[in-house]
Amino acid sequence: MPDESILSDEFIRELINVGEVDILVGVPTHNDARTVGQVVQAVRAGLLKYFPRARSVIINADGGSRDGTRDLVCAASINDTVGSNLPALRTLHSISTQYEGPPASGTALHTILAAADLLQAKACAVISPESTSLEPEWVERLLRPVIREGVDLVLPVYRRHKFDGMLIRNLVYPVTRAVYGCTVQEPYPSDYAFSSNLGSNFLNQDLWTQEQGRHGTELWLTLAAIIGRYRIYQSFLGTRGRLESPPSDLVKAMRETAGLLFCSMDCYPAAWKDSREPLPAPCGGCQPAVSLEPMRVNRKRLHQMFTFGISQLEPVFSSILSTPTHEELKRLATLPENEFELPEPLWARTVYEFAAAYHRAVIGRDHVVQALVPLFRGRALTFLTENREAKESEIESNIDKVCHAFEAEKPYLLQVWDGGK
Amino acid sequence: MWSNFVGEMTRAADEILKGFARFLPRILEMLVIVLVGWVIAILLRAIARSILKIARFDKLSEHTGATQLLRGAALPSLTELTSRFVFWIAWLGFILLGISVLGVAGFDEHVATFIEFLPRLVVSLFILFFGLLAASFFSRAVLLGAVNANLSSPRIISWAVRTMIILFVVSMAFEELSISSRTVVVAFGMTFGALMFGLALAFGLGGKDLARRYLEKRFGSEPAEEQHDHEDELSPL
Repeated sequence: MPDESILSDEFIRELINVGEVDILVGVPTHNDARTVGQVVQAVRAGLLKYFPRARSVIINADGGSRDGTRDLVCAASINDTVGSNLPALRTLHSISTQYEGPPASGTALHTILAAADLLQAKACAVISPESTSLEPEWVERLLRPVIREGVDLVLPVYRRHKFDGMLIRNLVYPVTRAVYGCTVQEPYPSDYAFSSNLGSNFLNQDLWTQEQGRHGTELWLTLAAIIGRYRIYQSFLGTRGRLESPPSDLVKAMRETAGLLFCSMDCYPAAWKDSREPLPAPCGGCQPAVSLEPMRVNRKRLHQMFTFGISQLEPVFSSILSTPTHEELKRLATLPENEFELPEPLWARTVYEFAAAYHRAVIGRDHVVQALVPLFRGRALTFLTENREAKESEIESNIDKVCHAFEAEKPYLLQVWDGGK
Repeated sequence: MWSNFVGEMTRAADEILKGFARFLPRILEMLVIVLVGWVIAILLRAIARSILKIARFDKLSEHTGATQLLRGAALPSLTELTSRFVFWIAWLGFILLGISVLGVAGFDEHVATFIEFLPRLVVSLFILFFGLLAASFFSRAVLLGAVNANLSSPRIISWAVRTMIILFVVSMAFEELSISSRTVVVAFGMTFGALMFGLALAFGLGGKDLARRYLEKRFGSEPAEEQHDHEDELSPL
């Protein structure tokens, strides 16, 4: 049964007016007035162009915007209906609702899932309001594999700057690949699509009152699909637009990624401890996914924050890390910036020791995750140095090198998981 | 005269022997109580030790930082310490019970006082333990937060938080035990007040710009001057 308690009476009334649909596109927002208009227009154009016969609805789940985001969504919809040259054979509905509670992507996804369940949508896509480079084709590339090929989860592959998404490239992707045996390049997607089967299953999971049901829920969905052995597909979408002010809160990002990964490893040990067949995740239209424009990066600050973290968090690290790993990291902290290198095997062992410490709760679990932040800065610095002059192919091979290190160290993870340091 | 002296001495010796004969069973009774108490205390210690091991009490103690404190003072683990505490409390209770059997005048009152004191002792130990737990948790949280925010002297900030909580907890524990409670509370109030005054001065003098920016951002209609606190253009996700 869908959890209808999250849907307001007014919203349910609007959904009942819409009736059953084939496609539901969810747009979670919170103060996204700058970008949401063009995103909704592109979504509408994609639906009208590629799925003109499908009964479709766009659901905007808003977290209480105060900048008129919801008005812009409705305005964008009206403009499209009036000015579009694209023929619609069915009515394309757009509904905006404000969910209860503080703004959280997980709560927005919960609202979208509950609405999709109520409307019995066959396929559901979620589009980030920050996807400023969204083309109508993205909607087709995300939804077609679900509708035509029976895929359960379609994840995006973007062309991104070589230094964008370093936490994904140096931690989330390698750990997902090594631990769960699935090579999904963007396990924490902002634009994705899924089947009604996976959506209903996910909706009925007992996670909506927990942290993973509020933040990082998209990563949890990917992990649930991998663990449940659902059919996964990756679609190359194109260049992902960069925000003018990228999120700088690394601690929050670490909680949403490493925290959730460690939590899933702790909750589902059988899914990764026993050797299972790797889960294929074929990529449609994949191209080299790295761009090389110049970017301002403060390497000195990364180095300073790594060494500062190592010196100040000595008592915390001594509870989490094994003595050899801790000693090695302390040695690295004495090196000058131009000689600094946190090699892949040491990084893999460090992350695995953190995962084991999280599992054994040697200190508060949130503290374990927070303590990884300064060490990640060291790894980020190494990645920046390694790839400063690198070409596309070299960068991809360097990311593969990180993944191989995590795969090679997996026996070490099994060793430290239950045992001592 | 000699015969009188011998008679008195014999009578006195008889009295001593009779008194001793009357008192001997009580001494034996006391020894038996103390011995049985010792056995029971050993059993209680073993039970307490097993329960604490099953409950992974040492792990909890490690989380609270109590283990580090004990190690620093060359004391055994908290499990061992608690089980020894159970042993001594139980045996001391039996010893007092045994002594009370001797019928020493006024001793019963001391035993009663001791038994009344026990619950307060246990409560104050609980306060101390959970206080240490809170001190350890919050000081670590502050340390991690300060390091990740790149603040200067995170260890000093963390130490200050820890010290304040421990001071607060110790004053609560002493108050529970009614040991110099006024002195401890006044001392705590003075220390806490001085610390807060110091922090207020430090914030006022050193952080006035930060406070102004915060207040402008929070309540002002005009946006505060642009902050350039992004370490770079990197996006981690």
